[in-house]
Amino acid sequence: MFNCLRIRFSVPLISSLLLAVSFSEAGIVSGTATFDGTVPTMKAIKMDSDPYCALQHTQSLFKETVIVGENGSLKNVFVYVKSSEELDAMIENGEITAPTAPVVMDQKGCHYEPHVFGIMVGQPLEIRNSDQTLHNVHAMPKQGGAFNIGMPGKPEPWSINKAFKVKEIMVPIKCDVHSWMSSFAGVLDHPFYSVTDAQGKFEIKDLPPGDYVIEAWHEKLGTSEQTVTVADGAPVAISFVFTKPAAEASEA
Amino acid sequence: MIKKFGIIPALAGTLFASDSAWAAKYTAWWLPDNVSTFGTQVDKTFYIILAITTVIFFLVEATLLTFLIKYRNREGQKAKFIHGHHTLEIVWTIIPAAILVWLAFYQRGSWAEIKQNFPAEKDAFVVETSGQQFEWHFNYAGPDQQFGTADDIETINQLHVPVEKPVLLKISSKDVIHSFFLPEFRLKQDAVPGLVIPAWFKPLKTGVFDVACAELCGLGHYRMRGFLNVYTQSDLDTKLSELAQETEEEDIWE
Amino acid sequence: MGSHAERKQSFISKYVFSKDHKVIGIQFLLTSFVSLLIGGALAMAIRWQLAYPWQEVPIIGKWLFPESGGTVTPEFYATLVTMHGTVMIFFVIIPFLVGAFGNFLIPLQIGARDMAFPTLNMLSYWFYVPAFIVAMTGFFVEGNAAAAGWTSYPPLSVINPQGQDFWLISILIVGSSSLMGAVNYVTTIVNMRAPGLGFFRLPMTIWALLITAILILIATPVLTAAGIMLLFDRTMGTCFFIPKGLVISGEPYAHAGGGQPLLWQHLFWFYSHPAVYIMILPAMGIASDIISTFSRKPLFGYRPMVYSICAIAGLGCIVWGHHMFQSGMNPVLGMTFMTSTMLIALPSAIKTFNWLGTLWGGKIHFTSAMCNALAFVSMFVIGGLSGIFMAATNVDIYIHDTYFIVGHIHYVLFGGSMFAIFAGIYYWFPKMFGRAMNEFWGKVHFVLTFIFFNGTFFVFHILGVGGMMRRIADATQYTYLQHLQPLNVFASISSFGLGLVQVIFVLNFFSSLFFGKRAEANHWKANTLEWADTPSPPPHGNFDVIPTVYRGPYEYSSPLVKEDWLPQSRKLAETAGAGRH
Repeated sequence: MFNCLRIRFSVPLISSLLLAVSFSEAGIVSGTATFDGTVPTMKAIKMDSDPYCALQHTQSLFKETVIVGENGSLKNVFVYVKSSEELDAMIENGEITAPTAPVVMDQKGCHYEPHVFGIMVGQPLEIRNSDQTLHNVHAMPKQGGAFNIGMPGKPEPWSINKAFKVKEIMVPIKCDVHSWMSSFAGVLDHPFYSVTDAQGKFEIKDLPPGDYVIEAWHEKLGTSEQTVTVADGAPVAISFVFTKPAAEASEA
Repeated sequence: MIKKFGIIPALAGTLFASDSAWAAKYTAWWLPDNVSTFGTQVDKTFYIILAITTVIFFLVEATLLTFLIKYRNREGQKAKFIHGHHTLEIVWTIIPAAILVWLAFYQRGSWAEIKQNFPAEKDAFVVETSGQQFEWHFNYAGPDQQFGTADDIETINQLHVPVEKPVLLKISSKDVIHSFFLPEFRLKQDAVPGLVIPAWFKPLKTGVFDVACAELCGLGHYRMRGFLNVYTQSDLDTKLSELAQETEEEDIWE
Repeated sequence: MGSHAERKQSFISKYVFSKDHKVIGIQFLLTSFVSLLIGGALAMAIRWQLAYPWQEVPIIGKWLFPESGGTVTPEFYATLVTMHGTVMIFFVIIPFLVGAFGNFLIPLQIGARDMAFPTLNMLSYWFYVPAFIVAMTGFFVEGNAAAAGWTSYPPLSVINPQGQDFWLISILIVGSSSLMGAVNYVTTIVNMRAPGLGFFRLPMTIWALLITAILILIATPVLTAAGIMLLFDRTMGTCFFIPKGLVISGEPYAHAGGGQPLLWQHLFWFYSHPAVYIMILPAMGIASDIISTFSRKPLFGYRPMVYSICAIAGLGCIVWGHHMFQSGMNPVLGMTFMTSTMLIALPSAIKTFNWLGTLWGGKIHFTSAMCNALAFVSMFVIGGLSGIFMAATNVDIYIHDTYFIVGHIHYVLFGGSMFAIFAGIYYWFPKMFGRAMNEFWGKVHFVLTFIFFNGTFFVFHILGVGGMMRRIADATQYTYLQHLQPLNVFASISSFGLGLVQVIFVLNFFSSLFFGKRAEANHWKANTLEWADTPSPPPHGNFDVIPTVYRGPYEYSSPLVKEDWLPQSRKLAETAGAGRH
């Protein structure tokens, strides 16, 4: 449906875009995600089911479902380019390849670091186990390519490299040994994504000029999208505001 | 808030720290000390069979060795031309048969006690036990003594029970087959999805004991480990009310 | 008849797609060696992991497990135990005993020119090979080979990756191979015995193989049916074994409902318990032949021995429930199965006493074959006695699914079946290849194997009594098991020794093929037809003239003749035959 909103580009403009591989004149889409409403309290995670985990923390870890900071800033929102004809063409022409540098996901203190991350199809995901206890990394994409690997605790941190095969928003990753552990991977066929930090800030860099549908995804609060136009080198600022989902609102 | 919850890992920490003292009670390469009422009967049967089989083993092997030495091939020796002995056959059929049938009848009572004669629910401490890859979930009735209500208490891998009172477990599984194994209580019962299978035991003393999974359930089978905490009734009440309070606090929008 | 002269045959029809039972027997023998090597290698990896959990596997670790830095992974450990069991049971012991010895010996020992259905016989081998290839292909698919245990209990075996499909297909094919062999064995033994060779003059090996074949015919179709149901559950969502409300890792299992996981266990054990006897009865037969021959004395209690085999087979079909005492099966059924299980110890005991009776008053020659057969008897005693612990339902509550069971099965299948296989190979090697194996190296292999075998597997009983569960990848995770770790290390080091000394056997086997001492026709001065009436190796068609049988197979040291052997086929002038059989 967003196709109808989009301004059609002329043929010469598209070809000039295709030449802009170096992204020298690329733009930046940045902004914040915020939460509007009563801030929920996150429960402390009970780790007594594996005493090793409990021993790794002098203070409780809290669930990371909804983390709201000052002024309603919302952490762990995955912001990414959902659709764009320019990008599709570039992907089709093989101009975007997955980086060989891995994305690192660490398991430390029975907790995934990071909780939300983006990764490209085929890009190595270095899964590290810094704990001396077993974790199994159970990635459950719906589109295929699920994996479930056991990573026993060894005296030294160690890692295994995996990769996702199909793009998917979002692939849940969990540990069946420690059921509180959860992480989400945004698997894309391009590198234009960002995850909001504690201040709720995100920044998608190096975008070639063009029209983009940007979506923000939150594990509990749902998704929301906006269309932006990036001109040569000009930064674009947008913001996303999330509210309590309807189901929870009716409960309250 | 943080301060309050900080106590939970601290508690678990002391539990783990006492691990070395706990481990110290295991030294013998043999049966771990029994702590359940019916365990003594299991151990007794074990020792009776051990005695019988040991005697038979040494008799057979000694006879074998004696024959091998005595009837080894020597010059001028001729083997006996004998095809069998009717009476001998009857003797060595009847005697083992009698022993085996006696054994079969001897241990029936113990089996029935463990797997057939369950304590009544009103006299027992009931816990719904469920296996899943790779955790044991324990569900307690909570303050209202009713299962399936909002105040049910759930713990993961930590089973809390009273000493010297029958504990009735209703064992099930969410996914694959697991086997609920309490080595020191001589209790084992498979947890089968789709079935709720009762099992019971009565602890003889307080302490912390291992809960193990004895049926291959996937990659985490080897450490699908839980802890059985046996308390005095008053300590258990304290523990459960603590847990109940935590359960109440869980009703936070998240 | 009698026109058995060597026909011109191409290499392929003579050695590859051969219909000659002797060639097929040798094909089974050599292929089983390959399986044994693979199954043994898997066992070494298991023992490495248990002794040194999560440490890098030496030498080959980096190559086998590049992802994890050379260590076994938890999911691969499950594959290891699954495939070790599968390979050893379906592709080593059954093919050795039933495939190799069954094919080679049945026509020769009953005085027939070949099997009743030579083409079916060839097919039985050529189903076995692809079955093995399919099983091995599992190692190369996504998610690795089957990892639900050799018992493949659903729902785990339904939700596991696709390696399980390869396992199931492989089992279906190898089951068909077994069935073809079994039909052939029964037909051949019933119909094609030489003149005068009544049932009670058959060598014990033949009796055992006959009963084994009948067991295969009764039990294997049940496993096949169950296997197809499980395959349907995996590929078509039939849910024969999947109950309602199944939730896998937080996700509801699609269209779950209407099934019962315990159904698989009943069907599986209805085959797999008799399968234990399929794996031990031929071993008993082989041991009986060898012990009688090298004691130079008739087998003690021939008829009780035969009745025992029949009793084992009969009772063997009604004891499967003893694998399920803790499964949630009705505890009353537990009582029933316990009683039949207690009783099945009896025929085994009778056989043991009769072997002792055979040795009593004999003139015992300690050949390599005899040493291994004696090891069979003494180790089988341990395997049999440890079975009584499990038969007692209340003790089983504790030792079920522990290393006590693992120790028990290894005393039966290695201590029993494998020693009998070694014995059989030393004994019939001269008949198969016309040369004898080296006796000195045979004894070196025997002594070392015997020591390392006990060092490895006796420890398992103690681990089991200590409460160590089977199929766990790392026993140090449990407080109550940590102090047992030195035992695991000891068992593992012994097992590496056990694996290593098998090199002696393999070298002896293959060097003897070319350089072994030339064998005489009746190399061991034995009575049975394969030794007395045909050269080593026997020609195509086996016998110049089909022999006539005058007596039983064990008339050693008969007063009627001055030698200490009296072949079944020798006609004595003065009397109308001797011996009671």
